[in-house]
Amino acid sequence: MGTEAVGRAIKPALVKARALCKRYVQRAPFSRKKFVIDALMDVDLEIALGCLTALVGESGSGKSTLASCLGILEKPDRGEIWFEGSKVSFANSRELTALRPKIQMVFQDSAGALNPRFSAAQIIEEPLEIQGRESGARLRARACELMEEVGLSPDAGNRSPLEFSGGQRQRLAIARALALKPTFLILDESLSGLDLATQAQILNLLLDLQTSHSLTYLLISHDLSLVGQVADFVAVMHHGKIVECGSRQQVFSAPQHAHTKELLASVGVVEAAFRTAQVGGGQ
Amino acid sequence: MGLFTNMMPFATVSLEGAALLRVRALTVTYSTRNRQSAPALRRVSFDIAPGEILGILGESGSGKSTLALAILGLLPANCSVEGTILFQDEDLLQMDESRWREIRGAKISMIFQEPGLSLSPVMRVGDQIAEIIRAHRPGNGKTRKLECEAVLRGVRLSEVDRIYRAYPHQLSGGELHRVAIAQALACRPDLVIADESTRSLDVTVQAEVLNLLREINRKRGSALIFITHNPALLAGFADRVMVMYAGGIVEQGPTAQVFSRPLHPYTKGLLQLIPRSRNGTNLTSEGRLPVIPGSLPALNPSSRGCLFEPRCSVRTAHCQNESPGEVTPERGRRVSCFNYGN
Amino acid sequence: MKYLERRVIHGILLLIGVSVLCFLFSDLAPGSFFDEMKLNPQISSETVAALRSQYGLDKPLPVRYARWVESVLGGEWGYSFAYNSSVRSLLVVRARNTLLLTTLATLFSWLVAVPLGVWISNHPGKWYDRLSMGGTSLLLSVPELVLVFGLLYFAIRTHALPVGGMTSVGFDQLGLWGKTIDLVTHLIVPVTTLVLASLPVLVRHVRASMVEVLKLPFIQAARGHGIGPARLLFRYALPAAGNPLISLFGLSVAGLLSGSLLVEVITGWPGIGPLLLEASMSRDLYVVVGAVMSSTLFMVFGSLLADVMLVVVDPRIRVE
Repeated sequence: MGTEAVGRAIKPALVKARALCKRYVQRAPFSRKKFVIDALMDVDLEIALGCLTALVGESGSGKSTLASCLGILEKPDRGEIWFEGSKVSFANSRELTALRPKIQMVFQDSAGALNPRFSAAQIIEEPLEIQGRESGARLRARACELMEEVGLSPDAGNRSPLEFSGGQRQRLAIARALALKPTFLILDESLSGLDLATQAQILNLLLDLQTSHSLTYLLISHDLSLVGQVADFVAVMHHGKIVECGSRQQVFSAPQHAHTKELLASVGVVEAAFRTAQVGGGQ
Repeated sequence: MGLFTNMMPFATVSLEGAALLRVRALTVTYSTRNRQSAPALRRVSFDIAPGEILGILGESGSGKSTLALAILGLLPANCSVEGTILFQDEDLLQMDESRWREIRGAKISMIFQEPGLSLSPVMRVGDQIAEIIRAHRPGNGKTRKLECEAVLRGVRLSEVDRIYRAYPHQLSGGELHRVAIAQALACRPDLVIADESTRSLDVTVQAEVLNLLREINRKRGSALIFITHNPALLAGFADRVMVMYAGGIVEQGPTAQVFSRPLHPYTKGLLQLIPRSRNGTNLTSEGRLPVIPGSLPALNPSSRGCLFEPRCSVRTAHCQNESPGEVTPERGRRVSCFNYGN
Repeated sequence: MKYLERRVIHGILLLIGVSVLCFLFSDLAPGSFFDEMKLNPQISSETVAALRSQYGLDKPLPVRYARWVESVLGGEWGYSFAYNSSVRSLLVVRARNTLLLTTLATLFSWLVAVPLGVWISNHPGKWYDRLSMGGTSLLLSVPELVLVFGLLYFAIRTHALPVGGMTSVGFDQLGLWGKTIDLVTHLIVPVTTLVLASLPVLVRHVRASMVEVLKLPFIQAARGHGIGPARLLFRYALPAAGNPLISLFGLSVAGLLSGSLLVEVITGWPGIGPLLLEASMSRDLYVVVGAVMSSTLFMVFGSLLADVMLVVVDPRIRVE
């Protein structure tokens, strides 16, 4: 595993972020007092091509803000973002439009992110139609193809996403994200609402798709344990800053920052208890 | 009803002394107008002793939330419920609504999923706890406020005054969670049910909440049913564990024994999922996570045989035609599988 | 506070806008108060012209508007040609009567609509829910005019209620108690008409927003904590259903106000309605503007009241 991680580390970066800052200001009622939330404070991040980078942090650490900046849904106040070697943070709207299909996001609340009035197949067809990539019978064929790729039966194409289970909805959201053949996929807490068993299945699906579609992932999660199993690189966010970043091996075996240690400890306690129970009850 | 009649006669309860809650052959069926009804719970039987922590393990759709709602009498009107739920020797299913109300919140209470959604957005948090005390106990506004503050302190909330006057949107996830626990404990119930309540929490907060629940359980002697999809949370926490699949109990027993020597293939699969972050990894040789292949079957009344059979690695021809009854392979443990232990 | 400040400024802008529109439309309408005089052979055209210039009607529109604004600021509100007095002295009494009618109608329709809507929302589909829904549909389809004529017919046939006006002959001789009774009996027909006309919309809205709220998880949670049904409905669900209802309150005031203009005319209630009608017929320009403005003022005030209530009831708005 160790040599592999080093091997991956020399891969070029697909996405680079330099000194990103983002601040939200809220004004309190009945007073001139302002609440300032620094969601991002001088964030530097490199996402290696063809790798799975996990971004871990507690709620409110700024990881979702970073995701929407990298997904060009939001503009950072300051700082620069490079994608495939070209600067996107100040790109004009035409360039951004050309860029958008390459960067796709999958959100946590897939029930809310999928239009319930559309059928499953229509949901996948929509981005293809808007971008004018396919039409007519080819459109439906492509949708079925994508559904099969994410492990959904094409027969389910006519059903509403509301009839799907949480895991199936997440698969559908991934299929839609794949429709435009992106190179970079941001998964913002996409696994959080799911059962452990489903999380593992979806993670395996992502790993399979990574090889077949040569994808680069940024996987955002508040839970280090499962994501840490499959990530090539792990970045830990805390109070708007990236406090630790390195290969999976480095972060797990030799954490530097106190917050990383704390996160690992709380994961460790639960797991250790489980291993103890496994051994202890054996006699 | 012919489908499930071939169950083994129910084994006598292994627990000594009186059980706090005794559930027998509980079957819940949701019926909708245009669809064939399928049982969401199939002949579920278990006991919980006073002061015990029972962990219920299962995926969404396994019927664990239905079970929690059935114990509180909160199932929607389109449900048919069969069986008995004896609580302190009183059959809950025979009670009328007003008796239910006396029990809910006072003797059996629930920590609901997503405290952010299960608290009213337009009421102060303190008032929402006071309302529960008001519903169950005599007293005036002043004594209720004092009781509330005591309850809030009891769940390790320090700034009681601020929390009392806050609205839910002004509190953090961890604080909201403690408020939800405070609500459940306000009237010192004998049984608390926590339904997937730590799911949305940060890992560090989750650990704190688990510690708190355990501490309260020890101090007050109230029994706890903790429902989760993550087996790791139950280790060192629950006294006993009960694994549910597709509306039935597939295995139950003391946590340490079930975790060290799982008998049912589904339990084995679930336990394999637990990551090993520290020492090595449990990835397969292809670099993939271990999974239980397939997904929950669509429940329909005409399904035959063991419901886990399509996903099972130790299935035999027998499993397709007959549903396995519950057997007691050793003291305190029960499993529903023909080929358990293989 | 930001939110309310903004609402007050909106209200003021609305009043200015309405006054400008009033002037514009009255300028577009053919004829003026003095045109009828031209038909009278006894009044010379010079006299008419003199009157026109005396009241400034020969000046261009912006000048007339500026003069009117000046007079509003001076407390006069313009001048009535027909009554030969300041518009304000005419309007104050009329506005008070209209306000009495609308306030009572608002009060009673909400006092009926909220408990009824809450009650039927608790058991959608029950017989009383269906009955109420049927009844409100029926009322919704009956025009106010038919309602008021029906009530008047009832009053005439039974002689139980006075048929019109605000007071009986000899009102001044009555004692305080007698005066109150007399006023109340005169109020019954117009207030009932207005309540019946606004009730269906209100009941349906209360029911709809309650049904939505009763589906939310926190209601289920409260039930799970053993909260009784009455507390659940009125302490938990109703405040949470409040937002759309409070916005509706502002609208209902506007609806009742426009409804009351019609009802006043028919029942002879000495409010703004008959005055506005009369003034429009005779082109008594400043009275028309004044009557419209006072109606607008009530409306703005009603919606401002709703905004204040919204801030009081929903803690989340205070944060935004």
